[in-house]
Amino acid sequence: MRYAQPGQPGSVVSVSPRYENFIDGKWVSPAQGQYMTNLAPATATPICEVAKSTPEDVETALDAAHHAKDDWGQASPAERAKVLTAIADAIDAHRDMLAVAESWENGKPVRETLAADIPLAADHFRYFAAAVRAQETKITEIDAKTIAYHFHEPLGVVGQIIPFNFPILMAAWKIAPALAAGNCTVIKPASATPWSILKLAEVIGHLVPPGVLNIVTGPGGEIGRALAANPRIAKVAFTGETVTGRLIMQYAAQNIIPVTLELGGKSPNIFFSDVMAADDAFLDKAVEGLVLYAFNKGEVCTCPSRALVQEDIYEAFMERALARIAQIKVGDPLDTETMMGPQNSAQQLAKISSYVDIGLAEGATLLAGGHRAAVGGEFADGYFFEPTVLRGHNKMRVFQEEIFGPVLAVTTFKDEAEALAIANDTLYGLGGGVWTRDGSRAFRVGRGIQAGRVWVNCYHQYPAGAAFGGYKVSGIGRETHQMMLEHYSQTKNLLVSYDENPLGFF
Amino acid sequence: MISQEAAERGGRQVAVRGGRPLARRRVIATEAARQAVYRLRAVRGPLMFVQSAGCCGGSAPMCFPAGEYLTGPGDILLGRIAGCPFYMDARQYRAWHPELLVLDVEAGMPEGFSLAAGEGLHFVTRTQA
Repeated sequence: MRYAQPGQPGSVVSVSPRYENFIDGKWVSPAQGQYMTNLAPATATPICEVAKSTPEDVETALDAAHHAKDDWGQASPAERAKVLTAIADAIDAHRDMLAVAESWENGKPVRETLAADIPLAADHFRYFAAAVRAQETKITEIDAKTIAYHFHEPLGVVGQIIPFNFPILMAAWKIAPALAAGNCTVIKPASATPWSILKLAEVIGHLVPPGVLNIVTGPGGEIGRALAANPRIAKVAFTGETVTGRLIMQYAAQNIIPVTLELGGKSPNIFFSDVMAADDAFLDKAVEGLVLYAFNKGEVCTCPSRALVQEDIYEAFMERALARIAQIKVGDPLDTETMMGPQNSAQQLAKISSYVDIGLAEGATLLAGGHRAAVGGEFADGYFFEPTVLRGHNKMRVFQEEIFGPVLAVTTFKDEAEALAIANDTLYGLGGGVWTRDGSRAFRVGRGIQAGRVWVNCYHQYPAGAAFGGYKVSGIGRETHQMMLEHYSQTKNLLVSYDENPLGFF
Repeated sequence: MISQEAAERGGRQVAVRGGRPLARRRVIATEAARQAVYRLRAVRGPLMFVQSAGCCGGSAPMCFPAGEYLTGPGDILLGRIAGCPFYMDARQYRAWHPELLVLDVEAGMPEGFSLAAGEGLHFVTRTQA
């Protein structure tokens, strides 16, 4: 099935020529009256205009958030959970519209947004609605007459900066725990994908009290900085690259506020010989596990971009994997048969292509792809790239740098020790995968990989309830788990004496 | 075309603290990038570059007002572009081991909090083997 392009006759998505900021429950024009064009990566043609905001607009959003924070912070967990649940229901009710909008703006295939991004976004809101209601405070009995009460209190107003690769799902990961914990938020979506989150606001904006959720679009150099460095925010959450991550920590240091950061990875996906011990469904699953590097056209922080295959099965296993890769359908992201849409932007496409050149110059062997994909027709100018595989060794740049595209770097290992040494020879520690029929080995290697999330005999699953975050330079904090509520809360300790007698010091 | 002398008058580059210099220069710029730096510096004042990595806009060079990004002993000064220092994290440098980076400009939006290289332009780094 093919969905009509947003704004075209028969499309499930309506498009206005121009979108404003969402502030204080209303659509607010940017103070300077400037707008920027938002492109569809499949055709390189404009979708709409969005506000090109300036620091004044960030201040307006912060005014609204500060105005709303006392009431929202004092709302009971049940009241806040009710709002989050209503958001989840609205997302589910508009699944097709949001899936098509996000797919068209980002380039990701609609089969992924229909089955994963949008249902998961709804589920994260439900999860945090449940988590905040089930959250209990802790009481410590210091002695018979002295009790320490620990209460969760909201931080107040937080700043959240969303990446372009999952414009709606990453927003849900951040908005849900922040609101559940009683905070108001000012969000800056990625400059490349500001529109689909505004479509989300059309659907959920009226469900949230004015000022609790605010969205300001525009260039990072102007408003990203104005938000992250602002003395009126109590915390900042960011997903993106390392230099901006460090800069955000630097601003946070100046304001003495906490940060949570997710800064990417170069995740190893390890295949032990025993995956080929039988020709069965599990082997089929393992082959698919390797091909998952092409999920969301490789624009995933946890992309399993380094495949480590035990040397005695290398030829046979890769033969199957390459055959599967050859079947990847690249094309119209709004066709439910499409497996890979275009990269998000021309600059991503150029970067990916340059990395293939770097790999070949370093002596890597091209096993598949390597070029811009020719889709033709109305998609002739789209940013499509072929699913690509390079064989080499772990010291090569294509094994060390995050390409953020459908480029797999594959190498071999002799034994478990070497697999772990290669897996951990990276600056990053976000994700990893282990494939084996041996449960003990799966446990050992899974624990041995220095990364915050290791998938065992699966990959790319992101359920609410499983903590997600990085070791090493991959970041700080754990999302998609109730522990994120702690990252959005203060602890108030009330230390109470029930003793009527004086201390006796003075 | 703006001469380097005229550009220097527009905003004299000041030294930025931190970052170990390398014995050999590891970054150069195309003429288009140098011109973009001159133009930007005339408007924004002294500048600095930091090579990023990681998720999303990783691999892009970030351009900031000089001193905006705190560099330290864990950073390497790869060289200067029209007087503006160009830094990279030392661990990242060891992993990337680039022979020579070339700063250039391309159409597209800047990444992260980087300044644009001009209207509709952003800085990129290419690798010269």
